[in-house]
Amino acid sequence: MTDGAPLISARGLIKRFGDFTAVDGIDVDVHAGEAFGFLGPNGAGKSSTMRMIGCVSPPSGGELRVLGMDPQRQGPDIRARLGVCPQEDNLDQELTARENLVTYARYFGIGRKVARQRADELLEFVQLSERAGSKVEPLSGGMKRRLTIARALVNEPDIVMLDEPTTGLDPQARHLVWERLFRLKQRGTTLVLTTHYMDEAEQLCDRLVIMDGGAVAAEGSPRELIERYSTREVVELRFGTDALEPYASKLDGIGARVEVLPDRILLYADDGDTAVPAVYERNLTPSGVLVRRASLEDVFLHLTGRTLVEA
Amino acid sequence: MVTTLVTRAVAGDELRARRAGAVTGRNVTAFRAGGAYWWLVISGMAEPLLYLFAIGWGVGALVGDMPLPDGRTVSYLTFLAPALLAAAAMNGAVAESTMNFFAKMKFAKLYDSVLNTPVTPVEIAFGELGWAMMRGSMYSGAFLVLMAVMGVTTPALALVAFPAALLVGFAFGAIGLALATVMRTWQDFDYMGVVQFALFLFSGTFVPVSSYPVAMQVIVQLTPLYHGVELVRGITLDMLSWSLAWNVLYLVVVTLAGLAFAARRMRKLLRK
Repeated sequence: MTDGAPLISARGLIKRFGDFTAVDGIDVDVHAGEAFGFLGPNGAGKSSTMRMIGCVSPPSGGELRVLGMDPQRQGPDIRARLGVCPQEDNLDQELTARENLVTYARYFGIGRKVARQRADELLEFVQLSERAGSKVEPLSGGMKRRLTIARALVNEPDIVMLDEPTTGLDPQARHLVWERLFRLKQRGTTLVLTTHYMDEAEQLCDRLVIMDGGAVAAEGSPRELIERYSTREVVELRFGTDALEPYASKLDGIGARVEVLPDRILLYADDGDTAVPAVYERNLTPSGVLVRRASLEDVFLHLTGRTLVEA
Repeated sequence: MVTTLVTRAVAGDELRARRAGAVTGRNVTAFRAGGAYWWLVISGMAEPLLYLFAIGWGVGALVGDMPLPDGRTVSYLTFLAPALLAAAAMNGAVAESTMNFFAKMKFAKLYDSVLNTPVTPVEIAFGELGWAMMRGSMYSGAFLVLMAVMGVTTPALALVAFPAALLVGFAFGAIGLALATVMRTWQDFDYMGVVQFALFLFSGTFVPVSSYPVAMQVIVQLTPLYHGVELVRGITLDMLSWSLAWNVLYLVVVTLAGLAFAARRMRKLLRK
């Protein structure tokens, strides 16, 4: 492979399950060393895309090259260089944490001695050395996820693929996982991850695509996307009622755009601190006011008309 | 290169012994770790022994000596023991390759993670079969030692019978894997148990197949355990002849067909 060629390249990639089209002709390029994200709600086609890239699900159409190879014909060669952390922890329940890593290394044809050594290093990396001899079941959700991440690293992969790495974890466990992933990124490991958390995408991804209904709705860095589809700041206004439409019309012209949600109004403005007094000047008295930085959530809302959570 | 092409054609995927071996190795590790598993294996040994003593000695005293096709007569225990060995090889292999394999595939989702590695479905099938065989060979080996000690066969013939018993295990292990890929619920295993028991009763285990009506003889001769019993009995009773080659061929073909079917089904089930 030549320098600069993308590690993953998809053109018009399609995945169908019967009549249902999960992935509807997406174009994606992932380059060496970047952290690339697929952001979207459940059912957007993120996991199906990941499974096709991981060579465990044959594409229904389009073109896909991974590490310069064809997933259909060179599946084992590609998978040998991928590290996969699936959405559900499918650790081996009959084995201990350390045995899980050693056994997994053996699937890659790694010799016993090297496998043991790597298992110990990785347990250290994910801060599970003390639980090395524990079976999987008694480990906490965060520990299981860290062990699954360690397992994905056992073959020293060129690309690490993480499907919703922190879904279902408590805030503390999430931060620990992020911190470890950030360290991987610093080492130059190429990360591909899916998430429906915008903060996760903003924290970890250099570049991402926003997926909705199996298609790519937008692509860019988190910063670019926010600049392109949102304002710098957002004012969240609550009025203690669900009938928000009348209020919305009175806000016209204060910011760049107004968005009405079921429980609040979003006022898009480059400077929140000048927008808020303008609201009061129009004789409106919101019961709650919050000025915050714009996020990918706002981008998603603008592109699809829905929030990530309700979508 | 040739084997790669052959397995690609038969199973639709690459097959490397090292990776299949890693799947077997996983089971060895799990077996070593789990204490309760030992009892499963020991209880598997107990069944043929109980039959051997209850029927071999008990019923054997009523039956008296058995005439063999070559004109010799042997005790009923001597006649029965090799058939019980073949049946034990069948039961051991089927237990591992259906129940445990099904549980790993459907409930533990074990293979979902394995398929993210270079390991292919056909390698999983071979690896699991390898493990079923390790378990089966423990049953068979211990039983053959017992037969030699009891004098129902000679140590030399017991040595020859060992790989034959393994082949029986291979064939049933492969059938088991194939069946496990089409099973939907645990209920389906009840039907399988009935078929397995019928095979156990009617494969020339307790009486020579020649004592059945002709139509039934034909049916029995189409089923796999019959060939296992014929092969193992032919060896331990020192009735070596070319007809045993036919039994071997039958079992080899069944093994390969079962594996190919299982690998293709697994690919369909797991590679959506």
